[in-house]
Amino acid sequence: MGRTHESRPHYHFKPWNVGRWVLWGLFALVLLAAPKVFSANFQVSLLSQMGIAIVACLSYNVLLGQGGMLSFGHAVYTGLGAFVAIHALVAVGAGSLPVPVSLIPLVGGVAGAGFAVVLGFVTTKKAGTPFAMITLGIGELVFAMSLMVPEFFGGEGGVSANRVTGEPVLGITYGPQIQVYYLLALYTFVCTAAMFAFTRTPLGRVLNAVRDNPERVEFIGYSTQRVRYIAFIVSGFFAGIAGGMYALNFEIATAEVVGAANSGAYLLFTFLGGAIFFFGPIIGAVLLVLAGALLSEFTKAWLLYLGLVFLFMVMYAPGGIASLIMMNLRVAAFGKLRPLLASYLALFGTGVAVLVGAAALVELVYHLQLGDTIGTQFNFLGATLDVGRLDSWFGACFVLAVGLALFELTRRQFELQWGVTQEEIEREIKRREAAI
Amino acid sequence: MKAAAAGSAKYAIELRDVRKSFGKTEIIRGANLAVHPGERVAIIGPNGAGKSTLFNLISGRFGSTSGDILLHGQKIDGLKPYEITRLGLARSFQVSNLFTRLSVFENLRCAVLWSLGYRYAFWKFLADLQDANDRAEEVMEMLKLEKRRDVLAMNLTYAEQRALEIGITIAGGAGVILLDEPTAGMSRSETARFVNLIREVTAGKTLLTVEHDMGVVFGLADKIAVLVYGEVIAFDTPERVRANERVQEAYLGSVLADQQAEAGQAAHGRAAGH
Repeated sequence: MGRTHESRPHYHFKPWNVGRWVLWGLFALVLLAAPKVFSANFQVSLLSQMGIAIVACLSYNVLLGQGGMLSFGHAVYTGLGAFVAIHALVAVGAGSLPVPVSLIPLVGGVAGAGFAVVLGFVTTKKAGTPFAMITLGIGELVFAMSLMVPEFFGGEGGVSANRVTGEPVLGITYGPQIQVYYLLALYTFVCTAAMFAFTRTPLGRVLNAVRDNPERVEFIGYSTQRVRYIAFIVSGFFAGIAGGMYALNFEIATAEVVGAANSGAYLLFTFLGGAIFFFGPIIGAVLLVLAGALLSEFTKAWLLYLGLVFLFMVMYAPGGIASLIMMNLRVAAFGKLRPLLASYLALFGTGVAVLVGAAALVELVYHLQLGDTIGTQFNFLGATLDVGRLDSWFGACFVLAVGLALFELTRRQFELQWGVTQEEIEREIKRREAAI
Repeated sequence: MKAAAAGSAKYAIELRDVRKSFGKTEIIRGANLAVHPGERVAIIGPNGAGKSTLFNLISGRFGSTSGDILLHGQKIDGLKPYEITRLGLARSFQVSNLFTRLSVFENLRCAVLWSLGYRYAFWKFLADLQDANDRAEEVMEMLKLEKRRDVLAMNLTYAEQRALEIGITIAGGAGVILLDEPTAGMSRSETARFVNLIREVTAGKTLLTVEHDMGVVFGLADKIAVLVYGEVIAFDTPERVRANERVQEAYLGSVLADQQAEAGQAAHGRAAGH
């Protein structure tokens, strides 16, 4: 590490800086190529939604992961951004606002930042639990307002607009979904890069310090309140851009976009993806869209499954998927991943058994409750289950119980093995340090 | 008027009849103290005398109930901790108070940002701030933590955390340094090394330190302030404090006796103040 020390004491070459360029290149490539691979209309629509969710979740993580601020009302900023953007789009269509359609997301961003300036001033007065409570309160307040001020929020039907307006620039009308996708992909890439850059700035780093130890930050010259406030505005800006992207994509904004369900989804999926790594929320955002669009096709009880997965992650992997990936990459970097593979296979197998058992039980309960409308007999992974038959219930319980027992056994075994591997790595690091 | 006062002030730190009550209990009962610039002062006293409270008042962690606290002639009581820090006073904590999930280097770099004028900048990259990076590296070398550069603060050993605690305190270049029991919980040999470190990193600065270990007190301080029941009952050179009857009576007699006995018997557990 200290190889270049004498000549340039501040400069430390890190090999993964090269990797970083590769990663960003890959990210751009994925954004470019995705609609070529998934070219069906609904797939391109899902991809567009993923772009929106990525910006939204990353902006949420400026608060949660980087600033330690647990917000229950992030949809206020994405949602209000969406409403202002849709009004701007209406105005553009009417010819009263000379703004190109491609800049509509920026209008949302400015709106999001503006609302964050006003509402965030109150919110960031406090940290910790009071902060969370205030965001919850403001979230409810804005949602209530959306029903009380139909002039702005459009009442039940919401506000709609048409993005195909004005003269096409270079033949781009934003009529076809694919054109919108590429515009949103560009915003996604630029916003992701900008938010990553933010983490490398003085404010971005002091924000991490505020997350870790607000008290000490006051003794190195910073007002924690001011740090939180500015970070909140930055977060609100990008949230507003996500809202503007939403407005452009769906051409409508209804009261739900500022609602608690959306705020909850940002929190849940940012956490699932992994709040402690920058790229975690990107994974979370992809899952958010997949869960909403695909999981809901498989089963009507998808929210229940989501809740179970969330519980499971909070208990066993509080760093989210990103931390699981990074921990295993670290193990792999020290060449110790191979011995763990058998354990992973066992964990996966028993995990599937638990999932099958639990899912069968959930579906049975679900069909028992709603049997009148969706029938009491259903097909589950090739087997016919019937809420009226004892063997269905018994079978589901049996698979679940055996699965759980085996899973717990393999998990304990794995935990031991994992601990040993980590100790080996620590020793290896110490040895390398001593060798310098 | 403030600027003129700051330039020509006779004292770096001055306390005038400072009082602090928690509820009905008065912890600091009219403390007076005047420290010249460049002086190195150890504050000693029995447990519960209010030493840490006094530090918390000076650094702005608590507000005082009455009295004046002056930094270079400027009144600082009632100011926020960050405002006091910006005026050139930095403090360390008795229990290490670090940015746990940041690396050693990042801890130190955070600590220098404000003093170098970067404030809340989010339009500059940290990597480009040569002065901040150089200063952080410089402090890291003083602390002998170069090899631990990228280790998270939470993963450091206890002694390393104590060193980083001091490092964060002095990194911003404050002229007045308050150290709250810098060697608490350290072994004898670590303490000796640490006293040297503190002397090195606080050279030329005004130093106030709360300390129980008499070896450290005599190693670091030109003057000793004795705080008993919230009052400074003596403030003088070590020799004269030692000879002071009131001090003998109230506190130091027993401690010094212990220390001498200890010196006589060579090895002995830590006795000071306990």
